[in-house]
Amino acid sequence: MEVKLINLTKVFSKKEGDVCAVDHINITIPTGKLVGLLGPSGCGKSTTLYMIAGLHRPTEGEIYFGENEVSKFPPEKRGIGLVFQNYALYPHLTVRQNIMFPLENKKMPKQEAAEKAEEYANLVGIGDLMDRKPSQLSGGQQQRVAIARALVKEPEVLLLDEPLSNLDARLRLQTREEIKRIQKETGVTTIFVTHDQEEAMSISDEIVVMNFGVVHQIGKPQDVYNEPIDMFVAKFLGTPPINIIPAHMEKDKICFFDETFKEKADIDAKDGDELSIGIRPEFVQVDEKGKYQIHVEMVEYIGRDKSIIFKFKGGEQTFKAIVPSTLEVLPDTDIRINFTRFFIFDSEGKRLI
Amino acid sequence: MSEFNKTEMPTEIDNEVEKENFFIKIKNFFVSKVSNKKSQKNQMLEWKKDGWKAIVSLAPALLILLVFTFYPIIKTFIVSFFPSYNYQTDAFGQFGFDSYATVLQDTTFWRAMGNTALMVIVSVPLSIIIALLITVLLNSIKRLQGVYQVIFFLPYVTNGIAFGLVFATIFSPMDYGLINSLLNLVGISSVHWTGTAYTIPYWAGIFVITVYAIWNGLAFKILVFLSGLQGIDKQYYQAAQVDATPKWRVFTKITVPLLSPMILYITITSLIGAFKSYSSIVALFGEDMGNGLDETFITAVGYIYKYFNSVTSGGNAELLSVASAAALILFVFIMIITLFQMWANKRKVHY
Repeated sequence: MEVKLINLTKVFSKKEGDVCAVDHINITIPTGKLVGLLGPSGCGKSTTLYMIAGLHRPTEGEIYFGENEVSKFPPEKRGIGLVFQNYALYPHLTVRQNIMFPLENKKMPKQEAAEKAEEYANLVGIGDLMDRKPSQLSGGQQQRVAIARALVKEPEVLLLDEPLSNLDARLRLQTREEIKRIQKETGVTTIFVTHDQEEAMSISDEIVVMNFGVVHQIGKPQDVYNEPIDMFVAKFLGTPPINIIPAHMEKDKICFFDETFKEKADIDAKDGDELSIGIRPEFVQVDEKGKYQIHVEMVEYIGRDKSIIFKFKGGEQTFKAIVPSTLEVLPDTDIRINFTRFFIFDSEGKRLI
Repeated sequence: MSEFNKTEMPTEIDNEVEKENFFIKIKNFFVSKVSNKKSQKNQMLEWKKDGWKAIVSLAPALLILLVFTFYPIIKTFIVSFFPSYNYQTDAFGQFGFDSYATVLQDTTFWRAMGNTALMVIVSVPLSIIIALLITVLLNSIKRLQGVYQVIFFLPYVTNGIAFGLVFATIFSPMDYGLINSLLNLVGISSVHWTGTAYTIPYWAGIFVITVYAIWNGLAFKILVFLSGLQGIDKQYYQAAQVDATPKWRVFTKITVPLLSPMILYITITSLIGAFKSYSSIVALFGEDMGNGLDETFITAVGYIYKYFNSVTSGGNAELLSVASAAALILFVFIMIITLFQMWANKRKVHY
């Protein structure tokens, strides 16, 4: 089912004044897709999820599930499955009872409910743990139980709140594949919330990058990474993070430190304007005939690649480049580089090139 | 109604709480010792060092317990087997089971046990259920929750005398009593609910005792349940809401199981409290415990006290053995019920 958010807004009234957690956002989530709401903590992504779930009431705006406007519906009327960040499994019930719980609410016959529970337990791969209590399960297993419980009532929309944040690094990798697989197998429209850009990039069909209650960019993970709409998105995606080089306009030249970046820049900026040049670490190419001379401060070996910490001529700020580990680079030397790609942002972070 | 100042709940519960804490501390002490699997030798050394410290710290409390609790318990146990034990001379006399025979053949004892059982069976479950429902409702109130909480907790901090006076006004045997005036309004003649000057119908007396017991214990029960309830993760309720769980099912399948440790604690303490009820009876019906010498509303502790009192006030000195025997029988009953409770709850309580 398609989920559409129109002008969705949530204002929390507090003693210190109103806080606008979500500010007129518009998102359309296509049927059967896995969409990640991504942003730093406090960006309003969880609030958005809870509004879709019905646990928060929107201050303004509409939520459509297919053709139906559901923003006035209580959670139980929306037909959603929700997986909480800490799973919220009932500790006194076994895995089987936990999964059967939503079905028993619907007064489904015991036999049928048990079969369904079994089916979904097998789907998420916990079929052999049915008689255990949640406390006897590992984090990853608990997570699967929570997913099975959310899926067993066959919801139209599945919502996951930071589904991987309680798992250790290895389990996280495993579980995110698993979520992807379960989503593909069931075809349920899935929305999940995360602050981990790598996680969002790796499993989402589409990502929604949010900050301060505002949607910055929506799109396929690779597209968003390659063509960020503004500096926030460019900075938020990618590890190691993008290098932001402070620059300015001199007549129609773009300059940074002692270097000239572009002779004749055809951009919407005038003399003296502050700019930022965004260079992803992998955009740096070591080249004997390169345009810029840099001073290598430090070299870090990170397995497949090598990362170089460097300074530009006339600048004290350090930047990072990722180069193939076969390349011979020594610390405390000067080398020449070129940029294969770049972004240019204005002083407000809007992307110009 | 001047005897109303004898309320038992508050002090008694303080004791229970203290005991509970004490046992938890002791338990944690041992658990940490056991789970801390250092080398055996090290552990022994540490144990010795800490053991002395522990004993020194506990000494004052232990001494007081020894003199005022353990010694009387042991003495009671021994005395109950010496029917001709003399309270004044401390002469034990012949060993025998006569005191037990006297107690078990006494119809008053069985009446006392019957009354006590009634309180245990009726007022304890009723008060727990009422407290639970009030707690859940109280917790679901959004506006003015604090005000309502204060209203329900007031009885707990109210002076026993004030508490008793209010009760006396409500259940006064006179026509101006609150309940009686209401009854008179609808054309029913006044009922002798309490007091010493009238014959009180059995049902009326039991009704008053039950209401008193429920009311008296309510505030503390709500306090415990509310703190338990507020410790339950809100997400369980959100999860239940998303899954369209009916309200009653939320209560029985989520709230009650998650509150079960508190429910067990409250059940045990109020059961023991009900077994020990005495002062409330005296407060309501006078020292004869109802209807002159009939002792209609006598309780197990009332029975024990009656014998003990008759000894200390210069009666037959040998009756102390009878009182001891009755105390031991009551002890056995409480023990059995508590063990049964623990056993039954082992499978139903989720920590």
